[in-house]
Amino acid sequence: MPPDGLIGQALPRVEDERLLRGAGRYVDDIHPEGCLEAAFLRSPFAHARVTNVDLSEAVRAPGVVAAFDGAQAAALAGPLVFDMARIVPEPVRRSVDPLVRVQPMPSLATDRVTFVGQPVAMVVAESRYLAEDALQLIDVEYEDLPVVVDPERALEPDAPLLEPEWEDNVAIAFNFRKGDPDAAFAAAHATVEERFRSHRYMAAPIETRGVVAAVDPFDGRLTVWASSQTPHLLRDFLAGALGYAPDRLRVVAPDVGGGFGMKGSIYPEDLLVPMAARELGRPVKWIEDRAEDLASSTHGREQVHRIALAADADGRILALRDDIVHNAGAFTTLGLVVPYNSLTHLLGPYDIEAVDVRMRVALTNTGVTAPFRGAGRPETVFAVERAMDRLARELGMDPAELRERNMVRPEQMPYATGLVYRDGADQVYDSGDYPGLLRKARELVDAEELLAQSSEERRIGVGYAAYTEGTGVGPFESARVSVEPGGKVIVRYGGASQGQGHRTTLAQIAADALGVRFEDVEVRGGDSGELAQGFGTIASRTLVLAGNAIVEAATEVRERAKRIAAEMLEISPDDLELAEGAFSPKGSPGTKLPLGDVAGFLSPFNPARPKGESADLAAGSIYRPSTVTYAAGVHAVVVAVDVATGMVELLRYAVAHDCGRVVNPTIADGQIAGGVMQGIGGALYEELVYDDAGQLVTGSFLDYLLPTASEAPELRLAHLDVPSPLNPLGVKGLGEGGAIGPPAAIANAVEDALHELGVVVREGPLGPSRVRELIREAVKAGHGKVNTVGS
Amino acid sequence: MKPAPFAYHAPDQLDEVLALLGDQDHEVRLLAGGQSLVPMMNFRLAAPEVLVDLRRVESLRQLRHSGDGTLAIGAGVRQSALLREPVVTDGWPLLSEGARHIGHPQVRSRGTVCGSLAHHDPTAELPALAVALDARMVLASASGTRERSADEFFVSYYTVALEPGEMLLEVRFPRCPAAAGWSFKEVARRRGDFALVGVAALVEAGDDGTVSRARLVFCGVAERPFRALDAEQAVVSGASFEEAGRLVSEAVRPMGSIHASAEYRRECAGELAARALSEAWERATGG
Amino acid sequence: MAEVDIRLTLNGEERSASVEPRLLLSDFIRHHMRLTGTHVGCEHGVCGACTVIVDGEPQRSCLMFAVQADGASVETIEGVAPNGELGPVQQAFHEAHGMQCGFCTPGFVMSLTALLRNSPDADDDELLDSLSGNLCRCTGYVNIIEAARLARERMNGAA
Repeated sequence: MPPDGLIGQALPRVEDERLLRGAGRYVDDIHPEGCLEAAFLRSPFAHARVTNVDLSEAVRAPGVVAAFDGAQAAALAGPLVFDMARIVPEPVRRSVDPLVRVQPMPSLATDRVTFVGQPVAMVVAESRYLAEDALQLIDVEYEDLPVVVDPERALEPDAPLLEPEWEDNVAIAFNFRKGDPDAAFAAAHATVEERFRSHRYMAAPIETRGVVAAVDPFDGRLTVWASSQTPHLLRDFLAGALGYAPDRLRVVAPDVGGGFGMKGSIYPEDLLVPMAARELGRPVKWIEDRAEDLASSTHGREQVHRIALAADADGRILALRDDIVHNAGAFTTLGLVVPYNSLTHLLGPYDIEAVDVRMRVALTNTGVTAPFRGAGRPETVFAVERAMDRLARELGMDPAELRERNMVRPEQMPYATGLVYRDGADQVYDSGDYPGLLRKARELVDAEELLAQSSEERRIGVGYAAYTEGTGVGPFESARVSVEPGGKVIVRYGGASQGQGHRTTLAQIAADALGVRFEDVEVRGGDSGELAQGFGTIASRTLVLAGNAIVEAATEVRERAKRIAAEMLEISPDDLELAEGAFSPKGSPGTKLPLGDVAGFLSPFNPARPKGESADLAAGSIYRPSTVTYAAGVHAVVVAVDVATGMVELLRYAVAHDCGRVVNPTIADGQIAGGVMQGIGGALYEELVYDDAGQLVTGSFLDYLLPTASEAPELRLAHLDVPSPLNPLGVKGLGEGGAIGPPAAIANAVEDALHELGVVVREGPLGPSRVRELIREAVKAGHGKVNTVGS
Repeated sequence: MKPAPFAYHAPDQLDEVLALLGDQDHEVRLLAGGQSLVPMMNFRLAAPEVLVDLRRVESLRQLRHSGDGTLAIGAGVRQSALLREPVVTDGWPLLSEGARHIGHPQVRSRGTVCGSLAHHDPTAELPALAVALDARMVLASASGTRERSADEFFVSYYTVALEPGEMLLEVRFPRCPAAAGWSFKEVARRRGDFALVGVAALVEAGDDGTVSRARLVFCGVAERPFRALDAEQAVVSGASFEEAGRLVSEAVRPMGSIHASAEYRRECAGELAARALSEAWERATGG
Repeated sequence: MAEVDIRLTLNGEERSASVEPRLLLSDFIRHHMRLTGTHVGCEHGVCGACTVIVDGEPQRSCLMFAVQADGASVETIEGVAPNGELGPVQQAFHEAHGMQCGFCTPGFVMSLTALLRNSPDADDDELLDSLSGNLCRCTGYVNIIEAARLARERMNGAA
């Protein structure tokens, strides 16, 4: 799509220079005078009764100012309860009648610990070094309790219980049914049924979490700087938990070094650090270290699907069945969010009439799983897209052809799936061309020439994954646009940036909507002190919601300015045009009244100012979407597998993506590329592994393997933009899309490369040892034959 | 993740280093590149009471090529020297190639050759290279120096033949036969990771065009560098490289980890052996 | 533990300080010298966010004690282009959109700056070897690789 004004232009980012000079301001760069530092003692056991916490030696250690155990913390603040997570919209209740049990999470463990890494005690000292010294002096008595790590095991009747007062470990459960799946399966020409497991991995942003809190001695107000995606939600939570009026609390998310969903949750430390600052009357800082991040920040992805597809002889899918078990970890702080996303993205771009899904969410003695870039979608897409390839093999069809045959066609838009989305609206795909995306991805990946190079030893295969993504979920986002007397425009929005380039893209939107120059716009976000209301940057929502809120506010400012300018020039508003930040009478472009002069005209010092007009040329807007808008994408990848060593090499990776109207193509491509690499990490390298005792085996970056530049494939991207009819900008969200496809696409490509050997990929990551194991098993089962030296 | 307190010394004379190292009443550790020790200290998995930093001891930073062709690498020499110094890249190309697989430039520019050898992670490249190249290890303490072969030096996981109060002063690589073909092959999860399996191979061609001498030493398949004697012998007796690989797979008894099962390492060792022998042979015969 | 006096050159300026032996160089730079452009992402030498140039070589400042920098010359991101225009590596990251959140960026810039100063004609494999010593979670690396090539081209031309 060609640029339309500033929208669609690949403007360079205004964020960069400051960051490139090392002048960014991340949470750990904020160090108020006299700031203390906190460290946390964390549970070394996955499940145990805590019978005694002895802080007496720790509090006497050098430099220690205070120490807190669970009982002390509970008396001062908390626990962590999120009422929003309990809310089930009535239409969702009617559709799937879910069981939703959301537990309060203690800020520090009191009587029990339920996962390794759970905070048990906090020490506050003059430095982090001294605080960590004191942790070693804390004596905690634990009594072992039985451990359950595997979510399927957790659902067995004799499994150890995470919540002793519950009858089982089921935190959330629901069923969805449409059409007549039983009849469809009975009548089918072909069926496939498999168990696929999406393994656990996580966001692991390079900047870990962190919190700094300080009470202003002048007015007693509390300021909290947090590496958070949702500073306003954190403020609202802290106000409740610490008993502050919201206006006496300011939460700032300054520069944030990546979030990817992980920093959209609220954690015990977010509460405990401000609590300590208030109790001690001194600023307190806590910066999560990497070991804490891997064990205690939220994980993602772990689901087991028993999925079945039924098709007729033409490859038309008649029915889908899926029995899903989701591992919640030790707590379900966010309720339905992730498991319900898995349901509403299971059908993806496909038009399937009969569906039968069961979801059970199990508590286990593992770290909490919560939204991580994709939030339930990559898991479900892994299962469905793997099943599609199994079905194609069963039918003897090309897997891309099978997909195309079953896709919702553009002329079916808007298309109702029969499901209800999490926001309570009927799930209706607003726009998109899924077959077009598939064709584009095939064209981009251009697999034929690469496939022709396949040999016995180095086998080459191609894989696809298609998905839809509900983006821009409500309830709202807020924005405020103001024109300063000098002509500068300040845009405040309720989200926060973790690298998405909001200062650039939102300025493009505002400048266009208002009629000013891009360089005159300054965007401010991530600060509850700048804007009273806000929701936050999660769930691919900021462009859609804040973007449209800005358009509404800017339009109101422009109309008001026009009215005042007309008074100033004594002509009719209809005869005025606004461009490049100045009004001109139509037909007289030489006469200019700068917008800043209009703002200046409203100054209280101006005796000629119009009566009854407020002094600021500004407007605020709350944008509430009717429901989400559906982005979509198709990934295609060609891989080579070294049969003897099991090493997988990505030869080429292609993404055709639809995120509606693109505001800044460079930034949009960057979002896709980054998401793809996180998906590649999950597909090939990253896995959070617990042993049977619930110990995290991958507790450092030596074992939790993030991909590096050497693992990056050749990447080909294309946008196939179908504007959303649901919002004035026509945009759809794009933050998460890139991360959704890779685990499925790469697994499909590896299986394709090794299909002559009879290999079936059922879980990742596909490291060389697992790939060799698949080959050995397939050969042993007599599916194929392969000669290698070692076997 | 901050280290526990310790006392710090950075003497400029080797005598002082050895005297400090001889302190039997405290846990004393040497600090050279710190690329293995400091992470363990940050995790508080190691908490030595005294650190003796080698950085000021000029004599340890030497890399000497002596008249008899021996390459002597002092305890202060960085791993990057193996990739940079023409004397190494020309005379010991296997050592240079193997060192290319150690971490990344930011690690090799600080990590030392002797530090990696003394640390002895059995999945690390340098211990296997030292055994493959018949290195001699010079061990020093306040009471004098002694020499051990690399084969004698590596005992088991993170354990070497250093006595309390003793340090690895220098490693000496004898002249590498000019006619030897060489190869280093490694499988790792990502570039720069410790090896799942790695192999250093050396092959010499006899006048009759057959293999006259072969050397195969692995990292990642045992508690110490593993030399595949049976396979070496078989190759000299005319066995194919694939056959030698099969013998390797039969001989090794690796441990499994989350990154690679024992079975994987076993079969991969054989495969890499065949590939490395074949590449080394090509180099030996100018193929 | 007794503090130790150190003197070093930091971004061209002579600095002296008294530090506890266990103080990591990364913490010394960030919290004692207040140069917060050097970031800390893992404190065990994997992520590379804390990379600085010590005596001309790129090194992990989280794996060095400040006392080890006594007598050394240390350069941080703040020293790459102290006034005026961005350096060629910084400029390339901007133009190629090789950065998003910016947290890992100083480490990448320091690694690449050291590499390209020492070997302006580094081949692609050497570029990748160096880049792989730094982790980025935002960009997917493709644009970082582009930035590295662009910087090489310009520094080569300047050399």
